[in-house]
Amino acid sequence: MTAPAVALLLTVFVACAVEAVEALTIVLAAGLTREWRSTLQGLAAAVVVLAVVVAVVGPALTVIPLTGLRLVVGALLAAFGLQWLRKAVLRASGYRDLHDESGIFSRQVAAARTAGRLQRRGISDWYAFTLSFKGVLLEGLEVVFIAITFGANQHDVGLAAVAAAAAVLVVAAVGVAVRAPLARVPENAMKFAVGVMLTSFGIFWGAEGAGVAWPGGDAALLVIVPLMLVTGLGYTALLRRARAAAGGRVPAVLAAASQTPHSGSSPGSGQLRPEDGAA
Amino acid sequence: MRRLRSFAAFWYDFIIGDDWRGAAVVAAALAGTALLVHGASANAWWLLPAAVIAALGWSLARAVRRD
Repeated sequence: MTAPAVALLLTVFVACAVEAVEALTIVLAAGLTREWRSTLQGLAAAVVVLAVVVAVVGPALTVIPLTGLRLVVGALLAAFGLQWLRKAVLRASGYRDLHDESGIFSRQVAAARTAGRLQRRGISDWYAFTLSFKGVLLEGLEVVFIAITFGANQHDVGLAAVAAAAAVLVVAAVGVAVRAPLARVPENAMKFAVGVMLTSFGIFWGAEGAGVAWPGGDAALLVIVPLMLVTGLGYTALLRRARAAAGGRVPAVLAAASQTPHSGSSPGSGQLRPEDGAA
Repeated sequence: MRRLRSFAAFWYDFIIGDDWRGAAVVAAALAGTALLVHGASANAWWLLPAAVIAALGWSLARAVRRD
């Protein structure tokens, strides 16, 4: 397996795992508090919609000339990755609160307990259905976006789909086993890593689409990825220092993110809509 | 119309997020790269990474100032 293929596999797997953890919190809140039947119907409906999106957009992307595809997808990934990285750095340096999956679960459960029961369109609990549907759909759209863009650019949508499916299955299996939000997942560290990869591949493909010939070809990624990693860590250290100088509380950067319950947010987290962008 | 606006807002939040400047810098850097490559025959591979690193720093500085 080539280095770009390994990077594709890992990036899609980690990104999908993060989003699956967030979707799991919402599904658990709906299922445990309301009823499982409607919750699972909502989940299934969202999966069907996502499958249709993949079936329509995936093949459509493959017929676009590679240069144009790389330019557009590179620009989108670089902008999208910047958001992930920006938020991960702000959280790791203490300028934003870490995402608390247990807290989100508690709020969802509280809201689900007080919501009225409505039977609609053959669904016995419309609230559980829509909560689950929106949560899975919005989290899943990010997964689909990453998997399709990475897969199409690498001409390996199949590998991206396998990585995405594996991540969802692993998270679902753990979720079924523990029947609780996966609050110990080091989400900010994972989002930081995904932000680095998305930005790096966005730079690589975007510049290629603009006509650049990278020195060393694909091997340039072996420089771009560490460069973006060092940049993210460097900015985190700078912000931590600035915050400490200003008397603010500073969590230990990524090490803390990996020990602290959950961090990060993305479309659908908590409020079931894009909070302030992805990541 | 309201649904169309919500749809557009969703995709704006999804791709651009809460700081449009990052996306604007990426777009400008790509345009600059294409101009240099095709207009001046310069293999400007360095422009986009430099712009992205600068954009991240700028965006973080703005976020911290607002904090």
